[in-house]
This record gives sequence, structure tokens and C-alpha cells, in this order.
Amino acid sequence: MTPEQIAEVLEERFGDRITDSNFQSAHPHVFVAAEAWPEIAVFLRDDPHLRLNLLRCISAVDMLEDDELIAVYDLCSARGSVTDGRLWTMSNAFCVKIKVPRENPHIPSVADVWRAADWHEREAYDLMGIVFDNHPDSVTDADGRHPRRILCPDDWVGHPLRKDYRFPMEYNGIPAVTEYGQTRPVH
Amino acid sequence: MSWIENRFEEGLIVTSLDWAINWGRRSSIWPMTFGLACCAIEMMAVGASRFDVDRFGAGAFRATPRQADLMIVAGTVTFKMAERVKRLYNQMPEPKYVMAMGACTIGGGPYFKNGYHVVKGVDLVVPVDIYIPGCPPRPETLLEGLMRLQDKIRHQSIAQDRWTGVKEAALEVSGAPTTA
Repeated sequence: MTPEQIAEVLEERFGDRITDSNFQSAHPHVFVAAEAWPEIAVFLRDDPHLRLNLLRCISAVDMLEDDELIAVYDLCSARGSVTDGRLWTMSNAFCVKIKVPRENPHIPSVADVWRAADWHEREAYDLMGIVFDNHPDSVTDADGRHPRRILCPDDWVGHPLRKDYRFPMEYNGIPAVTEYGQTRPVH
Repeated sequence: MSWIENRFEEGLIVTSLDWAINWGRRSSIWPMTFGLACCAIEMMAVGASRFDVDRFGAGAFRATPRQADLMIVAGTVTFKMAERVKRLYNQMPEPKYVMAMGACTIGGGPYFKNGYHVVKGVDLVVPVDIYIPGCPPRPETLLEGLMRLQDKIRHQSIAQDRWTGVKEAALEVSGAPTTA
């Protein structure tokens, strides 16, 4: 099934939650509202015609000029769909994007739908700051309830891959920048 | 060896004892495997048959710091790892030496400008005796560094203890409060 067909199936069922779509770009995708995401995720995984049961990757994008963060979910079928009848084909590639405002970036977690989302969501939180609610491996601290960091240490401050990230001057006593006052990467 | 420190005048009697002890120490430096990144591959090559490090007596790589004399920090040190490096260094019994292998441990290496999570040189974390340049250094370079360390040990004296002040110095560098 092509992405357009998949998007049609989605729109029949969840017409009002699909906010935008673009199938002409190199990465055909559909935008979805964050509140409806767990429902749509279960539908995408379990519908007998779609069966998008493999979450390949969650990426996070920092749109500084629009003041948004975007989470990109790349899905595909590890098996052929019922209508195809073939097994173990990577058919049905689909991509779902979710936009959230930069000040309050909350997206419901889909770690119980696709197990791969577990660590990918932790990484998206760690490096970009998108908070996934109800993540199975969450901790509570000064920033609220959020997934546990996966790459940086647990007491790291900030989200390094944001475009407005300022380099730390030191970490636990160890000096951290190469030039005095360096706050951003130097190219 | 604090029992002998400052008891005798310089050079009295201890010379031949020094020579024997230093010979023993430099001919059996047992490194701790601390390969963090790509330099670990070159360290493995040094341990293998072509660039045999066992002929220097340093072939017994110990996995535990409690039994090791030398910590070869081979690879990029990140902030998350730096805490562990400090802890393992503290667990090593004296006499202990640290070898900073590769550009990352000398001064941050290729991550010098833009690495937000890289410690710009492991000497910000532990005191280093020998710096081995290269990215990664050739095995012969690592062996040269080992031989320089052997020279350094050759000129040590048991009447001087170089490790008592090390912990305070290392803590000072890292900015943590010292007991002094």
C-alpha cells in the first residue's frame, strides 16, 4: 500500500485528528494531533490491512523559527498485509509526525504499543526535550515527570541538540569549554 | 613508603635498594584494561603477538583496578565516564601510574571545539604521567610511552612518596572541596 492509501484509511477512521499531510516530499508524512496519538497508534498497529507493527525510528526535529518541536515516527510492516499475502516484506512504509510547542512539549508515550519506542523516546527527551507522558521508565524531578535520560548523565542540565543550547561551563567540578565564554559550537 | 621517608639523608643506603625495587616495578607494570573507544583497538594490538607488550613484563592486563599498576586511558572520556575514571583511579593501590593514550585524552582530540559532553583531556580528571599522541597512536608509540614510563620509574626513589599529595592535587584541579 502506498502512503496515500494508508492515509486514506486513517482519515476514514480519524478524519478530524489528521491535521496535515504531504506526499510530494522525499519523506511522505502525515501530521497528527498529540492527544489522539495513542489511539491512532493502536489502530495503525492492529488494523488487518495496515499492520504497521515495526517502529523503525523516532526522530526529533527542532524548528526554532516556528517555536515547535516535531517528533517523527517511521513505521513499517514487518509482514505483508492481509491483502498482500506475502510474509516478511518491509512493505507499508509510513511516517507520522507530531508537532508540539517548544515551551510545553508533551506527547503521550507509545512504548506499550511498539516496544522500540521505549529507548527512542528516552533519547528524544534527553537530547531534544520532548516529554513523553506515561513512559514506562519515567522519573520525577525538578522538571516534572519525564522519561529517564539515556545518553547524558541523570543530573545533566539542558537538552544538547536543541538549536539554542548553551554549552555548560563545567560539570561536577570538571571544566567543560575550550575557550572562555564559549557557549555554542564554533564552525 | 612512608616508613623510610625523610628518615635518612638523601642517597644513604637506599640506592641499591632503590635500584632493585625500581627494577622490579618497571619490569612488571600490570596495566588495567581501560579501553573506552578506538584507542582500545590499538591497545589490543599492543597486547597481541606482533607488538607484544608481554616482553616488557606488562602483558598481564588486569580487569580490576585493585591489582593494576598502570591505567592506560585509551579513548574519549565523556563527563558521564569521568566520574567512573576518578573512582577507578582512587581504587588503584599505589604505586600507580596513568597513561593518557590518544588525542582525546590529551586535550579533547577532534572533539575539542564542539564536544559538549567530552572532557577536554583526562588530566582534568586524574593526574597523568605519560601522554601518548596520535589518533590513534601506532602500537610502537604506545610501546615508546611504556618505555618512557619505565625510565620514569627507574629514577624514582623509595625515600620519596609521590602519591601522598596526589589526591589533594587532583581534587584541587577538579574544584571539589579538599580536606586540607
